[in-house]
Amino acid sequence: MIAGLERPDAGRVTISGEDATGLAPRKRGVGFVFQHYAAFKHMTVRGNIAFGLKIRKRPRAEVRARVDELLALVQLQPFADRYPSQLSGGQRQRMALARALAVEPKVLLLDEPFGALDTRVRGELREWLHRLHDEVRVTTVFVTHDQEEAMALADQIAVLHEGRIEQVGSPRELYDQPKTPFVMSFVGAAAQLGDRWVRQHDLDLRLEPAAGAFEARVERIARLGFEARIELQLADSGTVWAQMTCAELDRLELERGATVWVMADRARVFAGD
Amino acid sequence: MRKLALRTVALGYLALILLGPLSIVFWRAFEKGFGPAWSAVTTPAAMHAFQLTLEITAIAVPANTIFGVLCALLIVRHPFPGKGLLNAFVDLPLALSPVVVGFALFLLYGRTGWFGSWLSSHGIRVLFAMPSMILATAFVSIPFVVREVVPVLREIGTDQEQAAETLGASQWQVFRRVTFPAIRWAVAYGVVLTTARSLGEYGAVSVVSGRLAGQTETATLYVSDRYENFDIVGAYAASVVLALMAIVVLLTMNLLRPKEGVH
Repeated sequence: MIAGLERPDAGRVTISGEDATGLAPRKRGVGFVFQHYAAFKHMTVRGNIAFGLKIRKRPRAEVRARVDELLALVQLQPFADRYPSQLSGGQRQRMALARALAVEPKVLLLDEPFGALDTRVRGELREWLHRLHDEVRVTTVFVTHDQEEAMALADQIAVLHEGRIEQVGSPRELYDQPKTPFVMSFVGAAAQLGDRWVRQHDLDLRLEPAAGAFEARVERIARLGFEARIELQLADSGTVWAQMTCAELDRLELERGATVWVMADRARVFAGD
Repeated sequence: MRKLALRTVALGYLALILLGPLSIVFWRAFEKGFGPAWSAVTTPAAMHAFQLTLEITAIAVPANTIFGVLCALLIVRHPFPGKGLLNAFVDLPLALSPVVVGFALFLLYGRTGWFGSWLSSHGIRVLFAMPSMILATAFVSIPFVVREVVPVLREIGTDQEQAAETLGASQWQVFRRVTFPAIRWAVAYGVVLTTARSLGEYGAVSVVSGRLAGQTETATLYVSDRYENFDIVGAYAASVVLALMAIVVLLTMNLLRPKEGVH
């Protein structure tokens, strides 16, 4: 919708303060990077990046200079004369990014750009994109299903749920002041205790009863290295898991089957839930 | 063992159905040497027939290529109510006997036909002349470009086209710079098949042309005319020319085609 490839049923799209709702995609100045690269298969890397400039009938020398600059920016100089089919997924996606940047878009749209790549390449590209963004400084809309990716890259995050925006805010706001249970459990795991929502690492386990604590039995303990997960069966009903460091776990001397009391002082209650 | 059996069956079938008749044609044409065959295909009537076939092909093929690409784009990219019907109709010429097509044109454009009376009152002659022969040839060779291009268009999807659009390309630029390069080999192959089919068309043209020797006689009609007049060498020699034309078309295609695995 931002790129103009889909029509909104209602509402408006404004880009740099101008109404772009009725504008054709080619007039919006939006750079689009697709999940599956959408590389022009019959053109070389250089041809792909130059496409938008050639369409705009820029002088040949200028096109060449700009493409060289972009090739350097996305670190694809050695591959300039290759075809997309001769590149790896990560390289193709960097080419697609350079192609979108070539026309100096007002907005850059990245639609799950790393979705088709394996985890390690994803991580590398994420770091690289972060640095690139510091250099290029163009408003970027990054669509992802990966919360960590969103938290690591974004200044502002809009959490969508079933087609509606649940909350917009900085990563920190979303984490510290989530407005709905969905947002809370989306930007970091959360557990429900009665009508209260709490982060697992905020659960406080005690061996003695205390006011306001929930009684529970330890079902399973998993040591994951630095931290540990403790699965609890609540006396009322339901299960939750608590997170703590292994050091804390050792101090509590918890064992399977032990009865504990769970304190959730830092829990949140959501209205209308 | 099984491989050998498969090969024998496939090649044996090809030899029986395809190579046998074709080699007989060549053998009979040159039975009495190269000279008689050469003079048989260089008579004014023969030359005219070949020229007419080439002229008809030169009009029908480009027309069907443009229509075929448009039609494929319509079917794949711009679905509309009745798309399925169009899709089915495109194949009709493959199923319908060309003779039936010829008669249909005859009924439409004949002196008492729907369009015929209007056209003849304006001095335009369709039947027994080039226009009807082009129509007949175009009709029978419609499906090839469409059938070649549709699956390729489906396969490439719309991602590249959308990307080109966001980069500022107009619809025409998207087609010329992105869509067409992606489908060009399908188009080329469709053109080859269309050409081959147009060169060889007999049934529909035979009905609408009137078969006037030296006037509306195409190469295929000329072959049958020679045969019926017991001019065996003339018939076979003209057949050889037709076969050579088809072979040249197919070879050109294979030479133009990019080597496997370039892209």
